Amino acid sequence: MSVHDFIRERFFPHMWCAGCGHGTILNGLIRAVDELGIRKRNLVMVTGIGCSARISGYVDFHSLHTIHGRALAFATGVKLSRPELHVIVPMGDGDGLSIGGNHFIHAARRNINLTALIMNNRTYGMTGGQFSPLSGLGIKASTAPYDNIDNSFDVVELAKAAGATFVARTTTFHVNQLSDLIKAAIQHKGFSVVEIFTQCPTYFGRKNKLGDAPQMLQTFKERTVPVGSPKKQEDPSLIERGIFVNIERPEYCDEYQKLLERTQEA
Amino acid sequence: MNKKNVRFVQGNEACALAAMYAGLDFYAGYPITPSTEIAEILAERLPAKGKKFIQMEDEIASMCAIIGASLTGHKVMTATSGPGFSLMQEALGYAIMAEIPCVIVNVQRGGPSTGNPTHVSQGDVNQARWGTHGDHAIVALTASNHQDVFNMTVEAFNIAETYRTPVILLFDEVVGHLREKLVVPEPGELHLVERLHTSKREGVNYHPYLPREDGRLPMSDFGGVHRYNVTGLYHDMWGFPTDKPELVEDLMRHLVRKIDYAATSLTHHKAFFMEDARTVLISYGSSARSALALVERMCLRGQRIGLLELQTIWPFPEQLVRDYTKDAEVIAVVEMNMGQLVQAVRLAVKKPQRVYLINRIDNRLITDKDIRQTLRAIQGKGV
Amino acid sequence: MAKKKLKQHVINRNWCKGCGICVSVCPKKVLELDELDKALAARPEACITCKLCEKICPDLAIIVETEEVDEEAKPHE
Repeated sequence: MSVHDFIRERFFPHMWCAGCGHGTILNGLIRAVDELGIRKRNLVMVTGIGCSARISGYVDFHSLHTIHGRALAFATGVKLSRPELHVIVPMGDGDGLSIGGNHFIHAARRNINLTALIMNNRTYGMTGGQFSPLSGLGIKASTAPYDNIDNSFDVVELAKAAGATFVARTTTFHVNQLSDLIKAAIQHKGFSVVEIFTQCPTYFGRKNKLGDAPQMLQTFKERTVPVGSPKKQEDPSLIERGIFVNIERPEYCDEYQKLLERTQEA
Repeated sequence: MNKKNVRFVQGNEACALAAMYAGLDFYAGYPITPSTEIAEILAERLPAKGKKFIQMEDEIASMCAIIGASLTGHKVMTATSGPGFSLMQEALGYAIMAEIPCVIVNVQRGGPSTGNPTHVSQGDVNQARWGTHGDHAIVALTASNHQDVFNMTVEAFNIAETYRTPVILLFDEVVGHLREKLVVPEPGELHLVERLHTSKREGVNYHPYLPREDGRLPMSDFGGVHRYNVTGLYHDMWGFPTDKPELVEDLMRHLVRKIDYAATSLTHHKAFFMEDARTVLISYGSSARSALALVERMCLRGQRIGLLELQTIWPFPEQLVRDYTKDAEVIAVVEMNMGQLVQAVRLAVKKPQRVYLINRIDNRLITDKDIRQTLRAIQGKGV
Repeated sequence: MAKKKLKQHVINRNWCKGCGICVSVCPKKVLELDELDKALAARPEACITCKLCEKICPDLAIIVETEEVDEEAKPHE
């Protein structure tokens, strides 16, 4: 199979801006799915609202483009009613962690077997570049013209604390790691989270004078290090990439199946 | 009648039993008074039948989860009350737009806001109609006794499947918590509508949003051979987003007409002593019980008063109301709010100046005496 | 032993939005943007078929086609 077997070619070129990293995530996701050899009819993609959410229109899976922030709640309904399906839930940073923050922590707590991808461009792109809960202090946004004073989440720490059993991070520069981590996340039994730094040259990049897409990717390369790298000790401002959590814990749909067996016996 | 089918139950239990009778496969909910018993009963009984129950993190998630489960080919329901119903509105609109069969129970309590959780009100009539944003049609059913709760719950699933639409069951705290007799129908006794699946085979172009000649839209389950898109955006017949003016207009008309044109077959009502009634009471839910008690008593005394109990309130049965009230001198709508359904009645009848509101808004059940007192004032008989 | 060798870069000019990411990441400076800001394989002979451009292209506009060649055999003309 090739990449083109997994996309709805009639909608290309896609609607994302030139240089937007979301297309690279689509690219890596498709390679991951291709390498795993999952049948398309067993794949469901659920998304919310925003630039990120449009990814579901481009994949030739069962696709559910829902409402802002609620993708994981819809996905929970899909997964629990048909546990044999692979359910992949790409979300934006505002979509997944602001309006959808409650669903994010509860899906993690439940450890339901969903693959959550946080496409983190640190801004609300669809509405024109407002700050998000992943923007961080000091950045400029259309709703933070005097520099942002709003603290950000660390997605990895949040997912760990909430109970996710697979937590990883990478960037759109590290394309081999990108598809490898998505593959591992899909294969993981339980709630898996992959945070992917993705560039928004149109808003986040322009407002914060970070240069064009190639320059933003260069920053991803320079400002991130593999998990456990000694460089992180020397410069704590560097951000780690890789797998942070990969543990086994009872998965919700499995536990539900056991509950069914117990009630049938009784 | 099989004796073991006779139960003494709460209205909420009647609803839960009916949902299971109708083939409920998947329930998602969040605890809220006075609907919680529905979740509690289903938490116990659904797993015993191999079906799914999940308690979600909030009502928003509950509504979203049932939509997701419906798309995999399952009959789904959630139950809530006022504040939870408010939280569900955005996802309810999604279910309307994406044409997802689902049933939402709202056991009404006093509002607005937290209001009066353990007491009765019928304040969500207009929220059921217009709670979600944008123009749309909706189906909302009511019931005043437990046999009707059972029947209307089954009917809600049938309508949801037939028209690919969310259906709201608008009960209230009194109906939900009152205990009375219920005769559970035998399997097969009530007609059940099952999910209409497409007959299109793999490789044949399937259009999830192209109605058949009879207006129904066959579905294909997620996980099945047809991969299509579902979105809350205006979409084409494949489910892909579009902003083409003609497609937007067509979809808007389709969503409204599929319900409005079916209004006659969607209408359920009960008429009591209506043959020669000059005073017509119109009511629904628990207030219709009190209205019926009064009407029965007054008819025994030879007074020409009748009750029209509306079990379908949305789409509003205009023709039915117009026909039943054409000879009425007084039309009084009995409801426990500041006058919600009365607005629709005024729009429907020939002489709106003859339409009065008889209400109670202190979150206590309106009684037959309350109704009689106001009625006497309306009729100029003094109180 | 079989070895991968470049056959050609297939670049979908209708999909390419000219962001220049492929040009910037190519370790061998194979790619350029042409006068219409579309990716172009200007020096295909330098390509080492690492496929970084294909994997990172946000427009899914690049396919690096390879063919297997036997190391024993002479490279074809």
